[in-house]
Amino acid sequence: MTESCTIPVTGMTCAACSGRVQRTLEKTPGVAEASVNLMTGAATVAYDPVVTTPDRLVDTIRSTGYGAELPLPEESGEELLDAQDEARAAEVRDLRRKFVLSAAAAALTMYPGMSHQGMTSGTRYLLLALTLPVVAWAGRHFYTRAWAAFRHHGADMNTLIAVGTGAAFLFSTAVTLFDRWFMARGVEPHVYYEAVVWIIALVLLGNLLEARAKGQTSGAIRRLIGLRPATARVQREGREEEVPLAALRPGDEVVVRPGETIPVDGTVLEGTSNVDESMLTGEPIPVAKGPGDPVIGATLNRNGAFHFRVERVGRDTVLSRIIRLVQQAQGTRAPIQRLADRIAAVFVPVVLSIAIATFVVWFDFGPAPSYLHALVSAVTVLIIACPCAMGLAVPTAVMVSTGRGAELGVLIKGGEALERSQAIDTVVFDKTGTITEGHPAVESVQLAPGADRAAVPDEARLLALAAAVERLSEHPLAEAIVAEAERHGATALRATGFESRTGRGVVGRVDGREVGVGNAALLGELGVDPAPLAAQADAVASQGRTPMLVVVEGRLAGLIVVADPVKPTSRAAVDELRRLGVETVMLTGDNPRTAASVARAVGIGRVVAEVLPERKLDEIRALQAEGRVVAMVGDGLNDAPALAQADVGIAMGTGTDVAMEAGAITLMRGDPVGAVTAIRLARRTMRIIRQNLFWAFIYNVVGIPIAAGVLYPALGLRLTPAMAAAAMAVSSVSVVSNSLRLRRFMPKGQR
Amino acid sequence: MTTAQVIVTLLGLAAIAWVNWYFFVAGRGVAAVATSDAGGPQRVRVEVKGGYSPAVVRVQAGRPVRLEFHRDETSSCTEEVVLPDFGIRTYLPAHRTTPVSFTPAEGTYEFTCGMGMVRGKIVAEPAR
Repeated sequence: MTESCTIPVTGMTCAACSGRVQRTLEKTPGVAEASVNLMTGAATVAYDPVVTTPDRLVDTIRSTGYGAELPLPEESGEELLDAQDEARAAEVRDLRRKFVLSAAAAALTMYPGMSHQGMTSGTRYLLLALTLPVVAWAGRHFYTRAWAAFRHHGADMNTLIAVGTGAAFLFSTAVTLFDRWFMARGVEPHVYYEAVVWIIALVLLGNLLEARAKGQTSGAIRRLIGLRPATARVQREGREEEVPLAALRPGDEVVVRPGETIPVDGTVLEGTSNVDESMLTGEPIPVAKGPGDPVIGATLNRNGAFHFRVERVGRDTVLSRIIRLVQQAQGTRAPIQRLADRIAAVFVPVVLSIAIATFVVWFDFGPAPSYLHALVSAVTVLIIACPCAMGLAVPTAVMVSTGRGAELGVLIKGGEALERSQAIDTVVFDKTGTITEGHPAVESVQLAPGADRAAVPDEARLLALAAAVERLSEHPLAEAIVAEAERHGATALRATGFESRTGRGVVGRVDGREVGVGNAALLGELGVDPAPLAAQADAVASQGRTPMLVVVEGRLAGLIVVADPVKPTSRAAVDELRRLGVETVMLTGDNPRTAASVARAVGIGRVVAEVLPERKLDEIRALQAEGRVVAMVGDGLNDAPALAQADVGIAMGTGTDVAMEAGAITLMRGDPVGAVTAIRLARRTMRIIRQNLFWAFIYNVVGIPIAAGVLYPALGLRLTPAMAAAAMAVSSVSVVSNSLRLRRFMPKGQR
Repeated sequence: MTTAQVIVTLLGLAAIAWVNWYFFVAGRGVAAVATSDAGGPQRVRVEVKGGYSPAVVRVQAGRPVRLEFHRDETSSCTEEVVLPDFGIRTYLPAHRTTPVSFTPAEGTYEFTCGMGMVRGKIVAEPAR
């Protein structure tokens, strides 16, 4: 009986590191199997729980000098999210009840009989009775929380509200209870109950709206989690049975019917269908699936039924990894937040100081009754100050933006990645697999003039013969020919006497005829004259494509052209980047001819050809030395160092094969337009963050002095505490709402 | 200036001085040192109620740390804890203990509430 666990390993930088960790684990007693992945930084270990434990495995890994830790005994992020939902709903309900009560009380204080002129002692007691439940129940948490923070030498929004309303309330109560004492000193008994009630009602309303809006910032994660079906239909011993998702194991055979959601990741065994993967990759067109094709959990099966073999479950599925990445991204902090943080840390004590100073200045220099003006102005300062808007400005935008990105198949690793992406002015594409499909395909098949028509009557036959021989070869060009033949159903022929001639081609006997497929050198070896197609083959080669000559029974039979096709959206991506003012550069290990031909086809101006994989990093450095902010788009496997060197590494993958951890940004589908979407989303997000910070900052910088009364001497303008409370509520709600606008971000051309 | 004005002015100045002293100077918290079982993570329990206590946590660098946040309030201010250097933002259910694990290199790291108002510090020191 073995169990398995995955342990994150830190500090590994090269294959030698991961190799060492793996060997050490494999030699450890109780370990049946270990595999250490450098890219994901994780060791997956199958072990005998009787002999060893995950804790001891962690120690073993640490003994090699690398860091390791066990994942949290989750308490998965998803359960926490549910708990957060519930708490949020409870908070909203609670705030709503409190708001309704205090708003009703606030409305009553406006009743004509309650006005200040000619207020009787009885009216003051009535107002006190009206205010008491608001302060003691609806606003109670302001005081308890302020007190809790105070004991830790901390101060927050609650402190300001508590001190502001507390001062007004205590003063008013004193006036109510001891009105004779005040009147005996020639002071008219003035109360501020309505200010207290209004402030509490409006701040509660602001908190209520803010709580509702904040709940929506993590909506994208919730939608992702909601994609997962509860059960799967497993085929066991010839019977189908419905099992909960947690019961699925790798190797299980799962049946998926039309219209059902695919439960986990796997490979199709039989059946064909079209699968809608848009929710994870952003790919709008359903993807055709047949035996051998990978399917991703949480995607939607459209029209066919199929069986697939489960490969990854639970935490290892693509969906879980996406959710984890987005949650991590939302935990990061954008560098732009540092200023807001620094202000937030000193904000409340500074505002308290300003309020005290306001009181003193009004008391000393204000018009009579100066102590009343002093009190009201100080309270107004405390109430209008809004640290929340500043604290919310950046995190809400980062949360909404990373969530929205995930819905579009663009995973952004956090605030810093967003901030750097907006500044990108140069995008470097690794040609193979990003601009082009990354694997060669047959472009054209043609018969040679003067071919032996008896042996090779048409192009289909030519392809079938070539495929029969190439099937036994392992060259990528051979795979292209075989794939093309399969597409045409020409797979019946088998070759014998296969022989591979390195650097030249292959030969074999098919259907009693000798068939050779290769370049001019092969023809020379076979003594065949390439003349009828020589010029054409040269022309094809000069365009960066590969001509493959086919010889049947010693006579030139035809030409098959193989090329790595350019992706259909590459051109649009390059054009769109140019419109955004971003220059594009293509990097490739290919020869300059091939490179130039591809670059021309997609409109890329700057090409660096014949770059060895390990030199890609230097090219990025060279571009950075020109003062550029460089993004590198690659597959994340062969070009991980270049992705790391770039200011923003963009790893592009397709569905299940994504090196999600390699770049600052991961594109879930192999579409270069994703890079455009990422840059546009980043720019949009940063614009919103700057707006948020600007308004939150300006609001306080302008609002506090006005509340303190700087405009009073010149214009006679002052704010009432209730106006201050309304302004504060609006300010924090508007920041969150502004961030929520990012939920509607759409990639170019999808409006 | 009347006597009352002089008194109010002096009291005001004293109050401003006291506010700044209380929140900026007196608040420098006492650090808690992590406890750890042999081989296990270094554990520190952090009470979350209006603030973090302890607000400064001393740990050994390079070894896993497990902060156990016990949030004993329903104020939404502290509902999330963020450790930006470790990419952690997690929800803390009220009246429960939520563990957060990570391995720090030598240095000082912040942990804050979701809005950055409530703060704490982790000081990771080289192994003794």
